[in-house]
Amino acid sequence: MLRYLGKRFLLILPTIFVPLIMVFLLLRLSPGDPAGMMLGDQATADQIAALREQLGLDRPLHVQFLIWLKGIVTLDLGQSIFFREPVMEIIPRYAGVTILLTLVALTLAVLIGVAMGVISALNRNNPIDRGVVTTAVLGISVPEFWFALLLIFLFSVTLRWFPVSGYTPPSAGLIAWGTTIFLPALALGVRQSALMTRMMRSSMLDVLDEPYITTARAQGLPERTVLGRYAMRTASIPVVTVAGLSAGYMLGGVVAIEIIFSLPGLGRLLVEAVARRDYPVVEGGVLTIALVLAVLNLLIDVLYAILDPRIRYK
Amino acid sequence: MTAAETTGTEEAREGFGASPNRTALERFLRHPTAMASTAVLVLLGLVTILAPVIAPGDPMRVNPVARFTAPGAEYFFGTDNLGRDVFRIVVHGGRTSLLVGLVVTVVSVSIATVLGLVSGFFHQVDIVLMRFVDGIMAFPSIVLATAAAAYLGASVSTVILALSFVLIAPSLRVVRGQVLVVRELQMIEAARATGVPTLRIFRRYVLPAVTSPILVQASFIFSAAVLGEAALSFIGVGIGPTDLSWGNALTEARDYIGRAPWIVIFPGLALMITILALNLLGDSLRDILDPRLARRR
Amino acid sequence: MKMTDPETTMPAATASQEVMRAEGLSVALPIDGRMVPVVTDVSFGVSRGEAVALVGESGCGKSMTASAIIGLPPRGAQVTGRLIVNGREVLGLSPRQRRKLCGNEIGFIFQEPMTALHPTLRIGRQMTDTICHNLGLSRRAATERAVEILDTVGIPRPRAILQGYVHQLSGGMRQRVMIALALSCEPSLVIADEPTTALDVTIQAQVLDLMERMRKEFDLGMLFITHDLEVVRDFCDRAVVMYSGDVVERGSAAGVTRAPAHPYTRGLIEAVPGETTDRLVPIPGSVPQIGAWPEGCRFAPRCARADAKCRTHPPLDAENPTAVRCWHPLEEIA
Repeated sequence: MLRYLGKRFLLILPTIFVPLIMVFLLLRLSPGDPAGMMLGDQATADQIAALREQLGLDRPLHVQFLIWLKGIVTLDLGQSIFFREPVMEIIPRYAGVTILLTLVALTLAVLIGVAMGVISALNRNNPIDRGVVTTAVLGISVPEFWFALLLIFLFSVTLRWFPVSGYTPPSAGLIAWGTTIFLPALALGVRQSALMTRMMRSSMLDVLDEPYITTARAQGLPERTVLGRYAMRTASIPVVTVAGLSAGYMLGGVVAIEIIFSLPGLGRLLVEAVARRDYPVVEGGVLTIALVLAVLNLLIDVLYAILDPRIRYK
Repeated sequence: MTAAETTGTEEAREGFGASPNRTALERFLRHPTAMASTAVLVLLGLVTILAPVIAPGDPMRVNPVARFTAPGAEYFFGTDNLGRDVFRIVVHGGRTSLLVGLVVTVVSVSIATVLGLVSGFFHQVDIVLMRFVDGIMAFPSIVLATAAAAYLGASVSTVILALSFVLIAPSLRVVRGQVLVVRELQMIEAARATGVPTLRIFRRYVLPAVTSPILVQASFIFSAAVLGEAALSFIGVGIGPTDLSWGNALTEARDYIGRAPWIVIFPGLALMITILALNLLGDSLRDILDPRLARRR
Repeated sequence: MKMTDPETTMPAATASQEVMRAEGLSVALPIDGRMVPVVTDVSFGVSRGEAVALVGESGCGKSMTASAIIGLPPRGAQVTGRLIVNGREVLGLSPRQRRKLCGNEIGFIFQEPMTALHPTLRIGRQMTDTICHNLGLSRRAATERAVEILDTVGIPRPRAILQGYVHQLSGGMRQRVMIALALSCEPSLVIADEPTTALDVTIQAQVLDLMERMRKEFDLGMLFITHDLEVVRDFCDRAVVMYSGDVVERGSAAGVTRAPAHPYTRGLIEAVPGETTDRLVPIPGSVPQIGAWPEGCRFAPRCARADAKCRTHPPLDAENPTAVRCWHPLEEIA
């Protein structure tokens, strides 16, 4: 088990470093002077030179890389130009919303995907199955930010069940938090739940043809147990393995969703930092998302190993 | 049957030689979903190419008198908060959306094909490229593209560059996987053993084998690119405020959704129909070109 | 190895001792929208303590017959005729009542234990699930029962095995676990579908010996689905030979393997190089496709003895335990 997790951890490292290195190179290799762009038109030559020095942009590229790498490892990404405080003090204020939103969306997507997939598989080729399959194809094709707008129109503007926008932290009451997180999470999860529905359906259909399902039936176990324990146990494994990719996708979709619902999360911070040319915050945002993703993926790997003992002993 | 045998041998020979392609084309023509999605895409392409004829006039023209007009005979899709014709916005905005999608698809799939072929044949390159692909694929492409916009500025070329770059990864993996399968085939080993030059092996055996997966992949990449451009433009780090695309058209719509839902509905619907058609085309192509892949889904 | 000559014990096998009897059992499957017969008019019985072989090539309908007996035929299959298990007609039962027979009255041993046991559930879980459900025992009592039965089938350190998964066991151990699972709820009939085909030759004999020991110890009726005539001769009392969904010959295992009456049975024997012939004589032609069976005798197109009479379907003597479905049998049957 430990060896397996160690191996998974090594595989996750590129997920953290590849995007960060790209951001590093983008800043240094893009045309124009980043210090000048950060400070805007009114800045004096002295101010720009000072910032260049502060960011280390006056040194050779490989030295910059080592300094940058040290900053990453020690989680020190310097000062935000806009907030005038260390990046790593700003990020935690925004990361919580994003992580919660992603987790809720992922949970919703898995629940919807598994349930719909199983219902579809058990009704193979009848109208219910066809309805689910068609809905899933539509779901995969719906842009989540547009879906979010439709949800707002239907549930917030017309039916007034949920607030149009804004965020209540869970500490202020779980129900209040739930009403502000549900629609964003649903919108964020719609494409992934459709993907998982398709995956669960085909996985369940495969498993139902497996000999061990016939064995369970031949042992006299009731259909409820055969499907709920024997079939689900293996059929849900592929869904778990794609949950990591889904989480990655969602951490991207989160940007638009946070803007639409005015949630104070990392995605919104990132877009605002882009508009303000606040590069340290951009870098911090990318690093945080990469770290969240890495932790999520490791958790999913543990879950995978619990669900499938064959992995543990390989 | 007998008629074909007795008439021109030339026709028969040609039919024999081209038979795998022809059957694929025949299967395509008989596949209702493939044909329907193609028809929708051709229609969308024609509408956007002929935008100046179908919806003449400047789509950005403001008309304060006609703000929030509901869809009707004068304005098919209504007007927005500035009195702009939503139909005109959708038709003209589609030009940017589809063009960006097309360019990104061609660029990223071409680069991925070359890199995939190299990766499949040279182990050292493969190790490095695959770690890179892992890193890119797990990470949200929107976030990378957003970061790129921070340094390069929001513009059509930034969007094309950023999306092309991140979308290389999935196609690269597909092409590389196919190459690894093909190079183990006995006919390739035999060709190598008899001293057929590597370049010829590429052309004769490897390229034909990767064509089908690339075609399937291109549909999905096109769909991802259209969606990516829309998402980036929607959050304001895409093609920039002076250009017009479906994503851009939705940016301000959120604030008026209660008053004029049509501002939201029509550009989004155009976007979704495009993505749906591309996804369905990809699914059908997979059915048609590689039944083995289709079953694995 | 055999207890007595089955030919003489045959009349003693009265209906009261029978654990299972099929009468005119037929199965049809939906293929391309129409029902295609795959098993037609199959009749035989299995008594307590007796091993009956259901013999034939793949596609002859022997596995389909077995799946119809336990009530788990493929989707959309139509099963007709009569099927009596422990004196009760079961074809009319509801699916739920039918399922209750499984495990309790009929145990099933599958061909490939690696795929027939659950890959991600502990072996203990699979066994106790079955025992708890069928015998109404507590988890703890079920575990003790599982240990006991694993011990009976000769598995060392049964408690450790219960904690393990199927992929951790050797092929022979897997099949022993499969046998233990099938026997765990004290069925009176065990159906074994090619139980040794997937095993190494050296393990095959051990598993067959074990099954024979279990049959005697628990006085089980056993139905062996097999294509291996040596298994039939060495481990079975009676044999039912199937070809293209038909029972073509029925009789004592010794009689059928030593002196077959049906040309197909002889063909099967001659296709295996052994004591009687060194030459391997294949049966000419190939098994007809399901749904494309010839009119009349289904073996006629491949049979050297076929003539005009074979265009009508030969009958099988329903009363006599030893019977052959052939117009020109190889030996006269008494």
